[in-house]
Amino acid sequence: MEPESRIPILGEMDIVPARQRARDIAARIGFGAMDQSRITTAVSELARNVVRYATDGRGEVTVREIASLNGQRGIEAVVKDSGPGIPDIELAFRQGFSSGKGLGLGLSGTKRLMDEMSIDSQLGAGTTVRVRKWLR
Amino acid sequence: MTDIPIVKVGGTLIAVVREDITDQDALQFQQALNSQLERFGATGVLIDVTLVATIDSFLGRLLHEIAVGARLLGAQTVVAGMQPSVAMTLVELGLGLEGVRTALTAEKGLAMLRRGESGRQVTGRGA
Repeated sequence: MEPESRIPILGEMDIVPARQRARDIAARIGFGAMDQSRITTAVSELARNVVRYATDGRGEVTVREIASLNGQRGIEAVVKDSGPGIPDIELAFRQGFSSGKGLGLGLSGTKRLMDEMSIDSQLGAGTTVRVRKWLR
Repeated sequence: MTDIPIVKVGGTLIAVVREDITDQDALQFQQALNSQLERFGATGVLIDVTLVATIDSFLGRLLHEIAVGARLLGAQTVVAGMQPSVAMTLVELGLGLEGVRTALTAEKGLAMLRRGESGRQVTGRGA
């Protein structure tokens, strides 16, 4: 298994390298074109959330290969920021809801592209979003 | 300035979008396209996205904005050559690009613009 890949998000220009790295790793794991597109787009949405919502617009994306207990291979992306946190996660997931200038597709749309998604957010401390997709 | 070249052929502006562009590049492209539309009074815009491997909500929304903006300036827009994986991802993301005319290839897109057809549409949930 390859070591994890960490990409700092310091501004809008870092979204493209982050999603390209996610695509490279997804391809190396063996995901097909369809899933590569889903994974790349999900990472793009999450990285943009960092730029858009984090107080200083900074954070990091970590992408790595994972394996389940029964040996199934997959990919995991963890997107972390030290922004204001999400006051109401359920509301943030609702399609159409957006606290910024987005369309409000970000979180709900990203969830549909991946197999698993979890959010850990603390007000004033930051948000960590973890998404996974398994190779079928 | 944008590094997505826009060429004018007859009454149509043609642009080929690169594989992966930043938000800033995309916004500059939109501005460049609008100023060329004003300057030349083009009646058609063909945006070829054959090379584009990722269209996320930002670029998807921008393509929609470009099409709406062009229409207000008197031009029809066709987005051509979208990869099937990109189209599926957009639908799952909840961005159906309603109102954006699409064509399988740039050639078909140009033919649509010439005939003034309404074209096919990617349909999906929401937005």
